[in-house]
Amino acid sequence: MSALYQAAAVAQTGEALIRWDWVMRHDERIRALFLDHVELTAIPVLLGLAIAFPLSLSAVRWPRLYAPLLAGTGLLFTIPSLALFVLLLPFTGLSRTTAIIPLTLYTLLVLTRNIVEGFRGVSDDVSEAAEAMGYTRPRRLVNVELPLALPVIIAGVRIATVTTVGLVTVTAVIGQGGLGRLFLEGLRFRDTTPLLVGVAGCIVLAVLADLALLAAERHMTPWTRRARS
Amino acid sequence: MITFESVTKRFPDGTVAVDDLTLEIPAGEVVVFVGPSGCGKTTTLRMINRMVEPSSGRITVDGQDALAMAPPQLRRRIGYVIQQIGLFPHRTVADNIATVPTLLGWDKRRKEERTAELMHLVGLPEEAARRYPHQLSGGQRQRVGVARALAVDPPIMLMDEPFGAVDPIVRARLQEEFLRLQAEVRKTIAFVTHDIDEAIRMGDRIAIFAQGGALQQYDTPRDLLSDPVNLFVEEFLGEERGLKRLALIGVSEVTAETGPVVSPDDRGRRALEVARSHGTDWVVVVRDSGKLEGWASLHELSDDQRVDEGEIRPFALQVDAGDSLRAALNAMVMSHTGVAVRVSEGGVYEGILTQELISKEIR
Repeated sequence: MSALYQAAAVAQTGEALIRWDWVMRHDERIRALFLDHVELTAIPVLLGLAIAFPLSLSAVRWPRLYAPLLAGTGLLFTIPSLALFVLLLPFTGLSRTTAIIPLTLYTLLVLTRNIVEGFRGVSDDVSEAAEAMGYTRPRRLVNVELPLALPVIIAGVRIATVTTVGLVTVTAVIGQGGLGRLFLEGLRFRDTTPLLVGVAGCIVLAVLADLALLAAERHMTPWTRRARS
Repeated sequence: MITFESVTKRFPDGTVAVDDLTLEIPAGEVVVFVGPSGCGKTTTLRMINRMVEPSSGRITVDGQDALAMAPPQLRRRIGYVIQQIGLFPHRTVADNIATVPTLLGWDKRRKEERTAELMHLVGLPEEAARRYPHQLSGGQRQRVGVARALAVDPPIMLMDEPFGAVDPIVRARLQEEFLRLQAEVRKTIAFVTHDIDEAIRMGDRIAIFAQGGALQQYDTPRDLLSDPVNLFVEEFLGEERGLKRLALIGVSEVTAETGPVVSPDDRGRRALEVARSHGTDWVVVVRDSGKLEGWASLHELSDDQRVDEGEIRPFALQVDAGDSLRAALNAMVMSHTGVAVRVSEGGVYEGILTQELISKEIR
């Protein structure tokens, strides 16, 4: 709120909202922060997937685990990020790790939910037919159930990714943050330009990531595409 | 061949689905498991490929102990078709059919050849190969299911209400095709249905189960229809048991009578003589070449008139060696003469079938 308030205040002084010369002068830095932001988004989502997959598969195999799993990842999701940073600081300091751990934990709720629901959505007739054809359990999981669960899983990855793009900016307070650092800069110097550049960068990144995942999904699930034709 | 030796299935909650079943399914035959829901017919079927594990007893498949084999290896040798079909929605028709060949590691070319062969066998158009299951009609999907089950030419097939999900017209056609296919491939087939008429139509033998998985009777459809062992079986066979049995007996299996035959140029006097000796008031008119002309009523014929000067009426329905006695009975009730006339291909007269003959067969 205060950033917006200040931006409004600055705007009232008659100065331009974006000074393009600033953008030109800092283009290399902006690019570096953008790439940093990509990294800070990708690592937690990938780590999240690596953790959520085994957890979800056990919940599919033993349905009783599902409720506690959802409760646990849901609880993690409610912990404020600043509080988590403070908790982690004594152990990991002002490092990238301190940023990545909370970001990863936040992806788990949506990822586990979608992975489990994706596998649960596979029709029993299909799984049973696969079993009766002589599929071993691991092969059935990889070759039949996983492809059929993919649309729902990727939907989860898309939500997790877009959410993480936003959450990354908060980690600027511990010296990480990707484009989020431009927010702090805007605040410190009462300058709307870095602030808006940061916001625009986040939006561009979120949209690009979402489109890329959508394209990946369509590529990996050709049978759903034909459904519409 | 599949054998059950004292097989029992008791579920964890204590219900007995199959009770001490001993049964042999001979090689190359279709055995239908039939009964009301909850009679354990599907459980029995699923124990053959170990989708359900028996609680006790022994099951052998082609002489080998099914319980001693690893389930995936056992299942690859047993075709499986279910009502819901369970095609893989993410694979094309060709890939669906090649499921087991893929599991067995066949090379691409061999798979393609086999797939094309099977699609032809079950009557799927070539261009369906690249489609996905949801782009097919229900009947086509069922054909893909059958082709998939036949892919590695397994000696044994399990079919659980395979034609239950399609409309009656398509079902009748699929049943007919199935019988034609089976005459060609001669698989050992266990077939589950709740429909006794389907069982009678498809089965070389029928096993009737009652609730609690107790086998009531195991017999050929004919013997079942003529000698039901108890009231349960009798009621399950339903009304018109006699008619159902007639449908299973071929016209070729009974001897036709000569009948009151005259030739078109015989006189009325002669026709009267012939008819009297057969106790009828009509005669069958057959040319010297053997070709059937029709029948003539004596009431319209005077003594000196030639038969073909009067009216010769055609038989509305004729039967041939390929028909059943049920069709013959139908021809009888549809005809003024009260008999069914049997002809060969080309319309050559072979004799008449009477209602006395039919009632003898029913009893």
